[in-house]
Amino acid sequence: MKFLRDTWLVFNRYIGIFLRNPAWVIIGLIQPILYLLLFAPLLKGIASTRGFPPGGAYNVFVPGLLIQLGLFGASGVGFGLIAELRAGVIERFRVTPVSRFALLMGRALRDILVLVMQSLILILLSIPFGLHATVAGVVVMLGLVALIGLGMSSLCYAAALALRSEDSYAPLIFTVSLPLLLLSGVLLPLDFAPDWLKSVAAVNPLSYAVKAARDMFNGHSGDPDVVRGLVIMVALCIVGVAIGARSFNRAVA
Amino acid sequence: MIETHGLRRTFKTRKSVVEAVAGVDLKVEKGEIFGFLGPNGAGKTTTLRMLSTLLPPSGGEATVAGADLLKEPGKVRERIGYVSQAGSSYPEVSGRTELVLQGRLYGMSARVARERAEELLQALDIADAGDRQTKTYSGGQKRRLDIGIGLMHKPSLLFLDEPTTGLDPQSRAHMWDEVRGLRDTGTTVFLTTHYLEEADALCDRLAIIDHGKIVAEGTPDALKRQVAGDVITLGVEGGNDQALAILRAQSFVREATEEDGAVRLYVDHGEVAMPAILRLLDGAGLVLATLSLARPSLDDVFLRQTGRSLREAA
Repeated sequence: MKFLRDTWLVFNRYIGIFLRNPAWVIIGLIQPILYLLLFAPLLKGIASTRGFPPGGAYNVFVPGLLIQLGLFGASGVGFGLIAELRAGVIERFRVTPVSRFALLMGRALRDILVLVMQSLILILLSIPFGLHATVAGVVVMLGLVALIGLGMSSLCYAAALALRSEDSYAPLIFTVSLPLLLLSGVLLPLDFAPDWLKSVAAVNPLSYAVKAARDMFNGHSGDPDVVRGLVIMVALCIVGVAIGARSFNRAVA
Repeated sequence: MIETHGLRRTFKTRKSVVEAVAGVDLKVEKGEIFGFLGPNGAGKTTTLRMLSTLLPPSGGEATVAGADLLKEPGKVRERIGYVSQAGSSYPEVSGRTELVLQGRLYGMSARVARERAEELLQALDIADAGDRQTKTYSGGQKRRLDIGIGLMHKPSLLFLDEPTTGLDPQSRAHMWDEVRGLRDTGTTVFLTTHYLEEADALCDRLAIIDHGKIVAEGTPDALKRQVAGDVITLGVEGGNDQALAILRAQSFVREATEEDGAVRLYVDHGEVAMPAILRLLDGAGLVLATLSLARPSLDDVFLRQTGRSLREAA
């Protein structure tokens, strides 16, 4: 099938470009590792506070950290696309009969693969600190990261195609991703939040992903929060991909 | 190979609607090098982007490589190659990688794509650079790779947007040879340029565009002949008056004037008129002091059609 073949070709291209600089896997991990080393210990002291979710500091913090990795990792993908726009590569692809949707999916699959690899490394690094993870927990966690990666990177590609310049893309993703992060309860659980902040966070889809991820790591796989988080992430992903696909399809970009 | 009727494209800005291409009628024959000459902002690239399916026209219709541009853009894409002004290769990958991927995107098997890539690297004289990252290429090498990418699937029609802009004279000459070679293999080439010399030396036929409209179309020679014909300037020892009187009476002289102490004659075919002039003046016992022939340039054509010089406009 043409779409699958094209996606495979596009995926291979970007894996090839990625493998020229595989150090980016590590560079992308530096920030979350710093959080793990320099921020997570602060939570140990308050993990016994009333209102702190069960499971211990690392089982609460690491799932959030992985969601953050997905969010930040995906938001950086637009820079590569802008570089390609400038080099004329995107325009060149658009004149070929390649499937437009494959141009998006091939790239996004590469992004997901990198994110999942990074997540696995981060989970393994967290175990010595005191993270308790089950296989099921890790699998669902990686699924959540992949969904966020696909949805967010598609949205970011759409933004990059629309803005076409790092100078406007960079401020946009910082302005959007920071509130998304703060309102997701990644750093400190939202259980501590005043009611108004909880209500605002309820609008943020990532807060459901964080909740679902924590439940999974704590062995509450049957919890409705998990299902809800996954459903919301699937929805976010579908919306993101639809918007990204539309951008790649539009003739003007 | 290309036929357009009333092709238009407007862009909306916040304040107004800009008509970038205001109704273009074109006919490009199979196997020719067709040039689109005009100053920057005249609508050349916009027209090219429409014809290569990158930009939907606001109006009009076009047949490109035997397919309807509006109804069958997929078929057009299969048959054309497009080389943009911005380049087409990614700095971090090798030229060979780009060529092979391009072939694969047109449905070639990996083996066929590799063979074709090797063939083009050889033909375009960049075989040595084939496995290096394209960021190490010189301007000329990069442009040749761009052309190779556009030719990978053996299109019958190749669009070149400003193929020699930014190249040094030697690379430009090399590129011209490359384009002529394409025509010799039966590929139709449609190129845009704002260089008069390029349009003149390279194109079989050309259209001059200004403010989104075609102002003249034809072979470079015919276009130049339309303007004023050739100009012969001469001086006679001991005064020009008698010579002017004799020459003015000749039927092959369209117009004769005296300017700055020299006689200026406008004729259709300078190379035919010169010997005749020599005989006439010799017969009258006049001794020529100076004689020169100047051909009109495409700039004179542009000047006449638009009231501006292309060199100033560009």
